[in-house]
Amino acid sequence: MSTRGDLAAVGARHGLAHALQGLRAIVVRELLKFVQQTGRLVSALVRPLLWLAVFGAGFRSAAGPAAEAPYLQPVPYDVYIAPGLVGMVLLFNGMQSSLAMVYDREMGLMRLLLTAPLPRAWLLFCKLCATALLSVLQALAFVIVAVLLGTDLPLLSLGGLNALLALACGAMMLGALGLLLSVYIKQLENFAGTMNFVIFPMYFMSTALYPLWKLQESGAEWVYQLARFNPFTHAVEWIRFALYGKDPGLAPWVVLGCLAVFFMLACWGYDPQRGFGGLTKRGGGPP
Amino acid sequence: MIESARSAGPPARPGDALRAAAAGSGAAAPVLRVSGLTKRYGERVALASLDLALASGQFTALLGPNGAGKSTLFQVLTGLFAADAGDVEVAGHSLRHGAAAALRHIGVVFQQIALDLDLSIRRNLLFHADLHGLPRRLALERIAADCARLGVEPDLERPVRELSGGNRRKVELVRAGLHRPAVLLMDEATVGLDPKSRRDLLAALREDVRERGVCVLWATHWVEEAEAADRVLVLHQGRLLADGTPFEVTVALGGATLEQGFIARTSGPGEGGAR
Repeated sequence: MSTRGDLAAVGARHGLAHALQGLRAIVVRELLKFVQQTGRLVSALVRPLLWLAVFGAGFRSAAGPAAEAPYLQPVPYDVYIAPGLVGMVLLFNGMQSSLAMVYDREMGLMRLLLTAPLPRAWLLFCKLCATALLSVLQALAFVIVAVLLGTDLPLLSLGGLNALLALACGAMMLGALGLLLSVYIKQLENFAGTMNFVIFPMYFMSTALYPLWKLQESGAEWVYQLARFNPFTHAVEWIRFALYGKDPGLAPWVVLGCLAVFFMLACWGYDPQRGFGGLTKRGGGPP
Repeated sequence: MIESARSAGPPARPGDALRAAAAGSGAAAPVLRVSGLTKRYGERVALASLDLALASGQFTALLGPNGAGKSTLFQVLTGLFAADAGDVEVAGHSLRHGAAAALRHIGVVFQQIALDLDLSIRRNLLFHADLHGLPRRLALERIAADCARLGVEPDLERPVRELSGGNRRKVELVRAGLHRPAVLLMDEATVGLDPKSRRDLLAALREDVRERGVCVLWATHWVEEAEAADRVLVLHQGRLLADGTPFEVTVALGGATLEQGFIARTSGPGEGGAR
């Protein structure tokens, strides 16, 4: 009756080896699908590059921030917004992952995943890792193109490595947010709502495009307060400060804390006691 | 444990082993045991203290009208829903207390086809094999052999999107059996299939039952599919209305035929309740 005896009968791995095999399966599937969707990479690059080219050029002289931490001297606007645009890549991919989860649910693939003999939290964590990996790869592709276009970023330094860590953690946090949202997005059609109520507010009410003090100076106090508490602000600031080897303050703790909270809430949302099918109108849940 | 249950071999008469399984004694120990399973959606009871015991090497049809609770039962058996009360044991593993161990022994084909349309058959099957911890070589061997058996091997590298509905179902059947589960759950798996595909699918399942000793629970609302089963369970409003061989169930339902009895006992108020 022992579990090992049972596993020998079906010839399967168990324990950590099985868990890692599950992780590989989910990551490889996401990578394969991404490779097949070349348009996704193109749009992931074009979006921030347009911002970099258009806004960077347009505001370079008009709105270049004054010298402030982490910069020692005034920097060109494209240099200032580069971490914010990296964050934009992470944000969009994180939200796109929620769209993919909803698609998988509607196609029945989510049932398949959730009936695998692995802990549900681990399966969701594997999905999160796959999303974060794709986000990081896209962000790196953007950074390379931005540098080739002339944006001066100190990549070849210890700060570059620190920024990579910050980028990965930011990708995990935004991926976890996408995972959480996928619990509540009932249909693919609702993604427009995600754009309007999550992506745009998170992006514009952050330090991605302008420093916090500029918001306060302009008198937009409530926007300033929202931006201060916006987790996306902290993800961007962590990347920005890490890149220049400066202390990011509380930003890593906020990002990691939000990651933990979003992920736990997502696990709760996918709890079978609540009924997985109940997550979707067409999912075979309660009538 | 599974092997010992399988080595008992097929029963002389289906009913004998089933009764032994239900009693929880004898050589044919139940490989799937459902005890006091209850599931409610608010005030509505979808499954009302359901008890079941299914043995290896049997093809059991779960017959019920729309809304009888078949899909809810399958969702609970596969861990997608948690029951409000009761438990499910698969090959001796409690779903409530050890879901992962229990799910290792379950293969499932859902009513809605659940394949990644953009990936090839091989990729879809390898994904499943990895989730079940199958070593790559073993997985590839089984994929080749099982796909050949069902006649989809030539299409292994084709994206699923290009396959017919019947072949997609065959791929799902291969997938459900890839990790050699003790229990195969089939939720109205022939919906939308043409008669030949339906016949092929059932024949393949019969072979699994006969040669591997798999326990198949086949949910359907097609009476003719149930008539060919070793055992028929009739579910209505979340309760078992009848349980036995097709003949025994026909007698129990009081109709001249299984279909007549089924329609007579399951029509009327209450239909369309649980899913």
